[in-house]
Amino acid sequence: MNMELSRRQFMKGASAGIAGTTLGALGFGDIEAAYASSIRPWKLANLTETRNTCTYCSVACGIIMYSKGDLKKGEKADIVHIEGDPDHPTNRGTLCPKGAALLDIVHAKTRTLYPQIRKPGSDKFERVSWDVALDRVARLMKDDRDKNFIAKNGDGVTVNRWLTTGFLAASATTNETAWATYKVVRSTGILAFDNQARV
Amino acid sequence: MTNSWTDIKNTDLVVIMGGNAAEAHPCGFKWVTEAKANRGAKLIVVDPRFTRSAAVADYYAPIRQGTDIAFLLGVMNYCIANNKVQWEYVKAFTNAPYIIKEGFGYQDGLFTGYDEAKRDYNKSTWDYELGADGYVKSDIDHPRSVWNLMKKHVSVYTPEMVERICGTPKDKFLKVAEMISECSSPTKTMTSMYALGWTQHSKGSQNIRCMAMLQLILGNIGVRGGGMNALRGHSNIQGLTDLGLMSNLLPGYLTIPNEKEATLDVYMSTRGFKPLRPNQMSYWQNYKKFFVSFQKAMWGSAATPENNFAYDYLPKLDVPSYDVLRVFELMHQGKVNGYFCQGFNPLLSAPNRKKLTAALSKLKYLVVMDPLQTETARFWQNHGEYNEVNSGSIQTEVIELPTTCFAEDEGSLTNSGRWLQWHWAGGTPPGEAKHDSWIMSQIHLRLKALYQKEGGAFSDPILKLDWRYKDPGSPTSEELAKEVNGYATEDITDPNDATKVVLAKGKQVVSFAVLRDDGKTACGCWIYSGSFNEAGNNMARRSTNDPDSTGAYPTWAWSWPVNRRILYNRASADINGKPWDDSRKLLWWDGSKWTGYDVPDILPTAKPDVVGPFIMNPEGTARLFTRGLMRDGPFPAHYEPFEAPVVNVLAPKIRGNPVARVFKGDMEQFGDAKEFPYAATSYRLTEHFHFWTKHAHNPAVMQPEFFVEIGEELAKQKGITGGGWVRVWSKRGSVKAKAVVTKRIKPLQCDGKTVHIVGIPLHWGFMGETKKGFGPNSLTPYVGDANIETPEYKAFLVDIESITGPTA
Amino acid sequence: MANFEFVLPPAPTTNIKVAFGEGDLVARSASSVPPPAKQLTPVAKLIDVSKCIGCKACEVACLEWNNLRHPIGINTGSYNIPPDLDPNIFTVMRFTEWVNPETKNLEWLIRKDGCMHCVDPGCLKACPAPGAIVQYSNGIVDFDHEKCIGCGYCVRGCPFNIPRISRNADQPKAYKCTLCSDRVAVGQGPACAKSCPTHAIVFGTKDEMKKHAEGRIKDLKSRGFSNAGLYDPPGVGGTHVMYVLAHADKPEIYAGLPKDPKISTVVEIWKGLFKYAGFIAIGGLAAVSVLHQVIAGPNRVSRADEDNAKRLAGSDKK
Repeated sequence: MNMELSRRQFMKGASAGIAGTTLGALGFGDIEAAYASSIRPWKLANLTETRNTCTYCSVACGIIMYSKGDLKKGEKADIVHIEGDPDHPTNRGTLCPKGAALLDIVHAKTRTLYPQIRKPGSDKFERVSWDVALDRVARLMKDDRDKNFIAKNGDGVTVNRWLTTGFLAASATTNETAWATYKVVRSTGILAFDNQARV
Repeated sequence: MTNSWTDIKNTDLVVIMGGNAAEAHPCGFKWVTEAKANRGAKLIVVDPRFTRSAAVADYYAPIRQGTDIAFLLGVMNYCIANNKVQWEYVKAFTNAPYIIKEGFGYQDGLFTGYDEAKRDYNKSTWDYELGADGYVKSDIDHPRSVWNLMKKHVSVYTPEMVERICGTPKDKFLKVAEMISECSSPTKTMTSMYALGWTQHSKGSQNIRCMAMLQLILGNIGVRGGGMNALRGHSNIQGLTDLGLMSNLLPGYLTIPNEKEATLDVYMSTRGFKPLRPNQMSYWQNYKKFFVSFQKAMWGSAATPENNFAYDYLPKLDVPSYDVLRVFELMHQGKVNGYFCQGFNPLLSAPNRKKLTAALSKLKYLVVMDPLQTETARFWQNHGEYNEVNSGSIQTEVIELPTTCFAEDEGSLTNSGRWLQWHWAGGTPPGEAKHDSWIMSQIHLRLKALYQKEGGAFSDPILKLDWRYKDPGSPTSEELAKEVNGYATEDITDPNDATKVVLAKGKQVVSFAVLRDDGKTACGCWIYSGSFNEAGNNMARRSTNDPDSTGAYPTWAWSWPVNRRILYNRASADINGKPWDDSRKLLWWDGSKWTGYDVPDILPTAKPDVVGPFIMNPEGTARLFTRGLMRDGPFPAHYEPFEAPVVNVLAPKIRGNPVARVFKGDMEQFGDAKEFPYAATSYRLTEHFHFWTKHAHNPAVMQPEFFVEIGEELAKQKGITGGGWVRVWSKRGSVKAKAVVTKRIKPLQCDGKTVHIVGIPLHWGFMGETKKGFGPNSLTPYVGDANIETPEYKAFLVDIESITGPTA
Repeated sequence: MANFEFVLPPAPTTNIKVAFGEGDLVARSASSVPPPAKQLTPVAKLIDVSKCIGCKACEVACLEWNNLRHPIGINTGSYNIPPDLDPNIFTVMRFTEWVNPETKNLEWLIRKDGCMHCVDPGCLKACPAPGAIVQYSNGIVDFDHEKCIGCGYCVRGCPFNIPRISRNADQPKAYKCTLCSDRVAVGQGPACAKSCPTHAIVFGTKDEMKKHAEGRIKDLKSRGFSNAGLYDPPGVGGTHVMYVLAHADKPEIYAGLPKDPKISTVVEIWKGLFKYAGFIAIGGLAAVSVLHQVIAGPNRVSRADEDNAKRLAGSDKK
């Protein structure tokens, strides 16, 4: 593994998403000499590094995700380790106990994997395709909207609102997702629109 | 935050009250320990519990939850009485000298104009006296000046009264007050770090306002190491709020019209304020530019001057807002049919769980988009005592859609310090999980297709929604970010030379300064304008350069507005533009313009002795008296929580906040101190993040099981032992938990009564890797803050008893 | 490298000769090593208890870095979870609620517990398996699990009660903190130090760490902690994991941190025995011990082992 390490191309200021290597940044050179049977081989050798932001609180610590496979090259990428980004001005490489365990939430046993529908009165979810799930959502929305949309209030003022369906927005999605969500939700006339900031 | 995490290193005194930064924001808290280690700063923690923040504090004072206003007004009273006020700042930069209308008053816990039946005020006297010139009259020595009214208002909060209400021993209160008052010096500064410990009260907004007032009289707003620093909870809760994903908001803190505003002209007549003092910027005068540009971003060419830029495409409100509490109330009444939860788990995060389950059971459909298997998506599933429901009787159709998590998604998040930081995807989504933006697009396109095919209720806003993406089914984060920044919808020419194009159609606008109200620009969110302009994606910047080590990091990511790192930064210099503190200078007037380390929060050429620093206010100054802008008073006043162990000693007849909204039936569900003698509070632990990390192995190892914390005295009285089982119950529900008995919680003496505190952390449910457990929301009351409806989670009443644990 | 002008506590691993290996051994259990050709700069981890917020980030970072899967336990009435070191967790936070008798103030003492990497390591001295415990000239004391026989003598040898023996494996093995020898070998600090949100844990050369501690002690004294000091106990020749304590005169209040740790008399006797008899001579007894561990699986050397040791050494006195 030592040869691998020393051969790596550590590009300072590499393309934005890819972290400059932490090893390179620390300036070590003669890794070949490091060997002893008690010392575990370097576990981050030959992995792709990607910069991200911790998903929890609003300190927004910089993190580096280490994956087998490179998403940017169209490969399947399996994240195997996550650590703080030492270049980040706020967290300087540190992470809290939740952040230090980010890997465990990425690979949580209770991640949702497939669209599912629970029918009225049922005691279980049933797996469906995305098409079935999304068509069903659109159908339910349209039927409810058409039936309950209020175009004008009692005074004849145009109000164009839909009050019988509501939407709670996420608090850890990107601003870009939030904007797409905003457009879609508001275009339907939904007013029961809220997010985690409320609580 | 008015400032940023890295700016905290510049402070002399950190006050953590209404929060617990060491536990909830450990890596941000590092800047507290750095300020302590490197410049000898002190840390004060005021909290009902001796928290992990208190563990490293220089001074800790206990306080009964829900009495922060009495404490803070007490500190203001101390500062005023001891002349610990930064007078130059107060006189020049606040509305202290302005004269209030005759007739305004405060008596028996109420301000002028209270209507008990409506639980609301007529606020007509809560305003300035205007001169013939239309400007507010100013004379600090006038008996009705804001300063004199405020001085009188706070005078009742003596150290003795603070002790009586808050249970904080007088000597401890005085020590804190003295330490804080020292920061009235122009060369000493204090920062306030707070979070949900202040917001989750029926008077949460006033808790925060109260500290803001204190910071203003100490001259600590707009300076390095100062400010009001809200420690936001979730990674993009700031962004979601900025982008207006709330009932009554449009992006950038513009507001949804109400139904009295039938036309755009009427809508605009109550916005875009004219200055209340001569020469002030009153920046909201630009409101229409931001509004029209937003409408253009939504509906593109369908928003025209002829149709008032699609004004009618926006829904209009009939009530102040459809917040979570109102919506669940309506759902409970059977008036809501469909509900979407995107990365939100209300079954554990909204109050009064029993009511929530009943409400969700009345829905026709529930759609949940989440990377994790949430309790909300399984509210119909029986999990024994942890979710005791009869699935067969629940007729709600539930659709669960798997989404990607942070590691698999690309885009920007806005942190507490208003930094927009771009991040990149590094992992393949598991199973069939999809990006939320893909899901939202699919829903939109399918709904649109149904309307195209079948027609139906007013479909123009859906059919004409500007969906300008290369792949309409899957917009990229870059495309969306560019739209949020804004662009020219037509060639924009030089006003003096129509042949000269200053911004060609389709080009990104440089910032909101060039937005227009004629439809020639589109911009999703004006305060984010500048984040992704022709210079590129500024949110992805990664330079750690920090000139003179001010902690600003001006070229790291991008901060709203216009990359400004400290809000109101013009107030860091005196009336002549000279920094208050040379060792901590931020901006200064060089004789012709403002210059310094930050983007000036003022027109760069605005003369220092003419234009005030608080440019969003029509006064140009900060408000110690907030006119009619808050529902519960122009000054904060002490009110007890709705469930309090003692009566309001200042106004014994008033229960809770007199104008907080209480729905029919919920008042009857409030308990009293006879039946429920102990003061409970809810909070987070450092090992967990809300209801997420119970799905992650190592955090589950660190705090595996639901517990409540009580002091040794109460444990002894009740025969409770550490590690044993207890039952805790309120008027609304009951939970079982392990007991942690600790010296860190001590009974308080309030108005002659011993008040025991029960601490209830919130991280458990019936899904994930931790042991199954309950959340405090099984117990909490269904009432919110009078202004913004954040539920009162931090102060309520319970009883507790020792029980035999479940047999293993 | 980030261009931070505001300097945090000493940046990790400055002036450290990062690469090290077999050639840098200064001690090897139950065997000898040739003197190393060069002396590595001694490293140290400094744990400033006065800055620690007990968040357990170091514990989690340690678990993540070492791919450990600790079982999910229960709450037994405190924040001490997991309650103790074990083969699946090399560091734990120990919380003590202490009322200062002088000020009457409550102080919540939170100490990160784990291997101290002693200059004179009792574990290594006690270990009968050749090469199972090694010490490098930079100060790191590491276990080589290929060579470990799981006898538990290291536990007895340790004045800090740190190593733990795995019970469920076919072959029991001793486990403890490695000071992230794999990270230090490539120029990085230990995972715990990297993660620590308040930089209460810092890592660097031992000299730097001592200097850093001086500044911290000065700060603590200025805040009224007149007995603040460095914990670098001479009884074990000093340690490569040191503490800054606000009450250095009373280390025992920090969840029983020994005031004057020394290697047990018995182990010193063992040590003497190796010198004269060599490992072969006592091989039989060691085998008995191994058998004892496998059957009884204790985390400590039993009374019988101790007695055997004493008898072998031919004396009950020091």
